[in-house]
Amino acid sequence: MPPVVEMADVSVEFPGVKALDAVSFRLFPGEVHALLGENGAGKSTLIKALTGVYGTVTGTITVFGQERQFQTPAQAQAAGISTVYQEISLCPNLTVEENILLGREPRKRGHIDWPEVRRRARKQLVQLHLDQLDPGSVLATHSVAIQQLVAIARSMEIESRVLILDEPTSSLDADEVRHLFRVIRDLRERGQAILFVSHFLDQVYEISDRMTVLRNGKLVGEFLTGELPRMSLITKMIGKELVELEELDHSPARKVAAAGGPEPLLRTEGLGRDGSVSQVDLTIHAGQVVGLAGLLGSGRTETARLLFGADAADQGTIRLRGEVLRLRSPRAAIEHGIGYCSEDRKEEGLIADLSVRDNLLMAMQASRGWARRIPLREQERLTADLIEALDVRPANPDVPIRNLSGGNQQKVLVARWLVMSPSLVILDEPTRGIDIAAKAQIQKLVNRLAEGGMSIVFISSELEEVLRLSDRIAVFRDRRMIAEMGNEGTSQDDIMSVIAGVAS
Amino acid sequence: MTATLRRFMGHRLAWPLIAVIVLIAADEVARPAFLSIRMQDGHLYGNVVDILRNGAPIALIGLGMTLVIASRGIDLSVGAVVAIAGAISCSYIVSTHHQGTLSAALVGVAIAIAAGLVLGAWNGFLVSTLGIQPIIATLVLMVAGRGVAQLITSGQIITIHNSYYHAIGDGYVLTLPIPVLITMAAFVLAGILTRRTALGTLIEAIGINPVASRLTGIRAGTIVWIVYVVSGLCATVAGLMITSNVSAADANNAGLFIELDAILAVVLGGTSLRGGRYSLVGTIVGAFVLSTLTTTVYNFGIPANENLVFEAPVVIAVVLLQSERRRELLDLWRRRRIRSQVSEVPA
Amino acid sequence: MAAASGARFPSAWMAGVRLRVDPRYAPTLATIALFVGMVVVGSLRFPNFLSAQVFLNLLIDHSFLLVVAVGMTFVIISGGIDLSVGAVVALAMILSAKLLRQGWNPALVVALVLTLGFLYGSAQGLLIQYFDIQPFIATLAGMIFARGLCYVTSLDSIPIRDSLYTAASQTRIGLFFVRTPDYHYYGTVLVPVRDAFVSPAVVIALLVVVIAFVVLHYSRFGRTVYAIGGNESSAVLMGLAVPRTKVLVYAISGLCSATGGILWNVYSLSGFPRAGIGMELDAIAAVVVGGALLTGGYGYVLGSVVGVLILGLVQTFIEFDGTLSSWWTKIFIGGLLLVFILVQRLLSRRTLRLPRSRRVRAAPSPPLVEQAAVEQAAVERPT
Repeated sequence: MPPVVEMADVSVEFPGVKALDAVSFRLFPGEVHALLGENGAGKSTLIKALTGVYGTVTGTITVFGQERQFQTPAQAQAAGISTVYQEISLCPNLTVEENILLGREPRKRGHIDWPEVRRRARKQLVQLHLDQLDPGSVLATHSVAIQQLVAIARSMEIESRVLILDEPTSSLDADEVRHLFRVIRDLRERGQAILFVSHFLDQVYEISDRMTVLRNGKLVGEFLTGELPRMSLITKMIGKELVELEELDHSPARKVAAAGGPEPLLRTEGLGRDGSVSQVDLTIHAGQVVGLAGLLGSGRTETARLLFGADAADQGTIRLRGEVLRLRSPRAAIEHGIGYCSEDRKEEGLIADLSVRDNLLMAMQASRGWARRIPLREQERLTADLIEALDVRPANPDVPIRNLSGGNQQKVLVARWLVMSPSLVILDEPTRGIDIAAKAQIQKLVNRLAEGGMSIVFISSELEEVLRLSDRIAVFRDRRMIAEMGNEGTSQDDIMSVIAGVAS
Repeated sequence: MTATLRRFMGHRLAWPLIAVIVLIAADEVARPAFLSIRMQDGHLYGNVVDILRNGAPIALIGLGMTLVIASRGIDLSVGAVVAIAGAISCSYIVSTHHQGTLSAALVGVAIAIAAGLVLGAWNGFLVSTLGIQPIIATLVLMVAGRGVAQLITSGQIITIHNSYYHAIGDGYVLTLPIPVLITMAAFVLAGILTRRTALGTLIEAIGINPVASRLTGIRAGTIVWIVYVVSGLCATVAGLMITSNVSAADANNAGLFIELDAILAVVLGGTSLRGGRYSLVGTIVGAFVLSTLTTTVYNFGIPANENLVFEAPVVIAVVLLQSERRRELLDLWRRRRIRSQVSEVPA
Repeated sequence: MAAASGARFPSAWMAGVRLRVDPRYAPTLATIALFVGMVVVGSLRFPNFLSAQVFLNLLIDHSFLLVVAVGMTFVIISGGIDLSVGAVVALAMILSAKLLRQGWNPALVVALVLTLGFLYGSAQGLLIQYFDIQPFIATLAGMIFARGLCYVTSLDSIPIRDSLYTAASQTRIGLFFVRTPDYHYYGTVLVPVRDAFVSPAVVIALLVVVIAFVVLHYSRFGRTVYAIGGNESSAVLMGLAVPRTKVLVYAISGLCSATGGILWNVYSLSGFPRAGIGMELDAIAAVVVGGALLTGGYGYVLGSVVGVLILGLVQTFIEFDGTLSSWWTKIFIGGLLLVFILVQRLLSRRTLRLPRSRRVRAAPSPPLVEQAAVEQAAVERPT
C-alpha cells in the first residue's frame, strides 16, 4: 500500500540554524508511526513543515499521491491532515459539541441545526468510548485527557485520514493513557495513518508499528518497532554522547550523604493539597540529592510547588530543621533558604526582556525588597562569578535573556538560586529541551552542589538521569507518592515496576 | 544608510521625535518666527514655551500612567481624579473666610493631595488585594469619581480668587512656567526613585512575567499599590495645575478624556500597552508630540473644533510606523524586491 | 475511565441550593437576579414604582443605548473593545440632521448613515486586524477622529424638522394588553395614558437584539466570534475565518452605533456634536454588568439588555427618590460595576478553573512562523 504522506529531502532553515536537514519520511495508512528524538532534534519542525505552518519549504512533500505543500494549517486540515497539539488548540469557552463541529456546523434553513450538532458530536464521542461525556458541557471544565479526546473527535468529524498526535500523553495518568491507546488502536483498524510523537519510550514500544528517529535535524533512520531493541534506539537518539553522561560517578563524599546524616534537613509528613497531590513523605538530608520519579502528571511538580510555597498545602506538615513551616508563598520558602526552578522555563522562569544580570539577581533583589538595590559593584561581581562558574555563553550579562539558548537560560535560572546560597534547591526538569553539552554540565553541577552540602530535589522524566544523580528516589503515581527507595543496586526497571504497581 | 542612522531609526523613539521635528518645521514655515522665544518681566514667552506648558499636565499624568502600564495595568480614572482634585481644592478655598490667603491655598492643595493618595490607594486595593482586572477596577473610579466631583461642586463651576493657587498653573519661577518645573521635577524624582532603587526593575519584571516574578519571591502586591498611588498623585497634581490655570473647578469637563491623552503619550513614547519595559523619557517625548500637534493645528489657523480631525491620523501614523507589523511588512517587501531583482539577472 | 460527565456545576451563590447551571450563564443569571431584586426594592420603597409604563419608559429612554450595547457585546465577546461608539453615534446624529436640513430624502439619509457607520467600523477593524494596532488605541483614534468630524460638521445643535422623523417621534405604539392609570411627560406636557406604550425605536431596538441573538447563537459567524474570544490562535488553527470575522465585529459595532444615532435623532429631534460623550462607558458597563468578561469568549446580548435596564433603573431610582441629586447616578453605577465584578470573580473562580496540574495552556500565539523560528533558534543556537 502506498504511503499517504511522503516527505523527501525536506529542509527547514532559520537564521543561523538548520532545523531540518534533508529529511525523508513516510507515513502509511492503518499504521501507528512514532517520531522520536531528543528535544531539539527536529520533531516539531517536521510536523510544522508538513502541516503548512512554514508555508513553502525546500524538498518534496507528497500527500495522498499528489505533490503539494500547504501554505497554512487550515489547508492541511482541509486536505485531511489533523494535528492534536500538546497544548490543546480548542476553544475552552465553548462546549464539547461546539468544538467538535466548529466551523462546520450543519445548517438548516440558514441557521445552525443544534440538534444535529448534538447528534453528530454524540456519534463521535461514542466511537471514542466517551459515552458518558455530556456534549453540552463546557470544554474548560474537563481534564486535559478529555480535551485531547475531544480534539481527536474533531479530527474524526472532519474526516481526517492522517492524525498527528504531538506528545499526547504528557499530561495523562495511566488510566487515561490506556483509554487513549484503545482509541488509537480503533483508529488504526479503521485505516487512519497516525503519527505519534512522544519521548516515553515504553509507550512508543507499546503502541507503534514503525518509528522514525531524528537527531540534530537529520534523519537517523526509519525502523520497524519490533526490530529495534531499546538500547539501540537510545543510542541512535543520543549517539555516543551517552558515554559522556555515564561518566558521572558518585564521589565518596556523596556516598556518605547518601547514607543520611543524623538530622534531616527537611521532612514532610503526609504532605498534600486537595486536587493536587497527597501522601508525600519525604526526608532530605543535607548534601543529598532526592529524585522524584514518575510519569508526567503523577504529582511530582505539584509536590515541588508545595515544598516551595507556590501552592499552599492543606494536608500534612513540612519540617525544616525540626521546625514546622507554614509556606504560603514562594517568598516564605525563599526566606528559609529554598529555591525552585520550574519545569516551564519560558512561562514561569524567564523574565524574557530583562538582561541576564537582572534575571540572575532577581530572587536576591526580591528578598531585599524594592527599596534596597544591590550595589552595582556587587551586582557585577556576583554575576561575573556565576557566569564563569556555570560557563554561561555568551558571557555578556547585559544581553536580554531571551537571546540565549535553552541550556544557557537554564544555567542562569539555576544561578538565580545559587547566588543566595540556599540549603535546598528544587530542580524540575532542568535538562528538558536543552542540548547535550549543557545537559551534561547541569548534571555535573548538581553533583558538585551536593558534594558541597546543598540538598537538591531533582525531578526528571528521564529515569536514567534520575538514577544517575539521586541518592534516594521517591516514586509517584496518580498524584500520590507510593514508594521511596535508595539508589544502590536499583535499576530503571525496578522503578518502572514500582510505578506500574507490579512486584519486581 | 549608515550604521548610526539605522540604529537611530530602529529606536522606538525615532518616529515620535521625527514627528515633533516635522511639525515644528511646518510651523516655522507657515508662521516664521514660530520658534522665537522672548524674555519679558523675567519670564520666558513663546510658542515653544506654550507647547511645554500645555504638555506639562499630560506628561505628568503620563508619568504615573507609564508605571501603571509597565506593571501590566492601566489607570482610566485619572480624569476623574483631576476633576476631584480641582473640586476639593476650590471648594475648600471658597469656603474659607479670606479666600486669597496663602494658608487657604496651602490647605486646599494639601487636602486635594491627600484625597488623590486615597484614590490611588483605592485603585491599588482593587487591583492588588482584590485581584480585579485593572481596566475594570479603574473604570469604576472613572465613572463614580466624576459623580463625586460633581457632588462636591453641586454641578456648578466654582471660581476662586487666590493668587497663590493661581500661580500653580500660571506662575513662573526662574523664567520657567511653574507647571513645567513641577513636571520636570516629578520626572527627575521618578527617575531616581525607579532606577536608583530596584523599583523600576521589579515593575518591569511584574509586567513582563507576573507568574515568574511571584516564583522569584517578588511581592507584587506592594509594588502594584505603589504604582497606582503614584498615578493618583500625579493626576492630582496635574489636576491642580489645570484647575489653577483657569482658577475654576468644572467637575463636568475638567480632565475629560485626559486619560486617553496620557495613554497615547505613553504609547507614542514606546512603552507597550502589554506591560514590561518602559521609558519615562519616551513618555515625555510622547506628551511633547501631542502638545506640538495641538499647537500646530491651532497655528495653522484651523479652527479649534477641527483639530481633532488632524490629531487622530497623526497618532495612527506614528503608532503604525512604530509597530512591529510595519517592520514585518517592510522586510517582506524588501525581500520580494531583492528576489525580483535577482531573478532578472540573466542566468 | 472515571465518570466523564465532566462539568462541575456551581452551587447557587445565594443559598445552598444545587442548580444545574452551565457555568457560563452564571454571571448573567446574577444580573437578572439583581434586576429583579432592584425592582422589588423599588416597588417597596416607591409607591408608583411597579407600573408597566415605568419599565417601558426605561426601554423608550434607553433604546439607543440598547442598540449600541448590542454592538459592543459583539466586540467584547471577540476579546476586543470599541471606544468609538459614542462619537460614531454623535457623528451619525449630526450628519443626519445636517442632511435632512438640506432637504435630503429621509430614507436615503438613513441608508447613507447606516452604511457609513458600517464602513467606519470596518476601517477600525482593518487597522486592528491587518496593522496589528491594539483595539484600545485604534478605537481611541477612531473616537477622536469621529468626534472631530462632528465638530467640523457643526458646532451647534441642529434641529430636525423632517416630517417622517417628527411623525416617528410622536408615534406611540399602544400595548393594548397592558392597561395603566399612568401619565407621561410629552416634552413638557403631561398627558394621561390609557394603554401602556412604547416608541417605534423600542421595537427597532428589540428587533436588533433578536437579530443579534440569532446571529450569535445560530450562525457560524456568531460561533466564530465566541471562538476568537475564547482562544484566537486555536480558532485560526481550527480553520475559522478569523481575520474577516474580527473586522466584521467592529463593522457591526459601527453599524449599531449609527443605528443608535438615528434612534436618538428621532427621540430628540436634533443632532448635537456633544452627544454621546461617555456613552462608550455606559455601553461597556452595561455589557460587563450583563455578564460578559472583558477578556472575551463569554457574553450574551440578553445579558447586555438587562445591563442597560439596570443602568436605567439606577437613574429611575434617583428620579423617584427626588432627594438625591443626579450626580449620584454615576456613583451608583460605579458601585454597581464594582459589585458585579466581584461577583463574577467569585463565580468564575469556582466553576471554570481547574486545579493547576490539569490546567490547559493556551496554544502558542501567532505568528506561528516567527514564534517557531525564535524557539528553534534559541534551542539550536550553538553555545
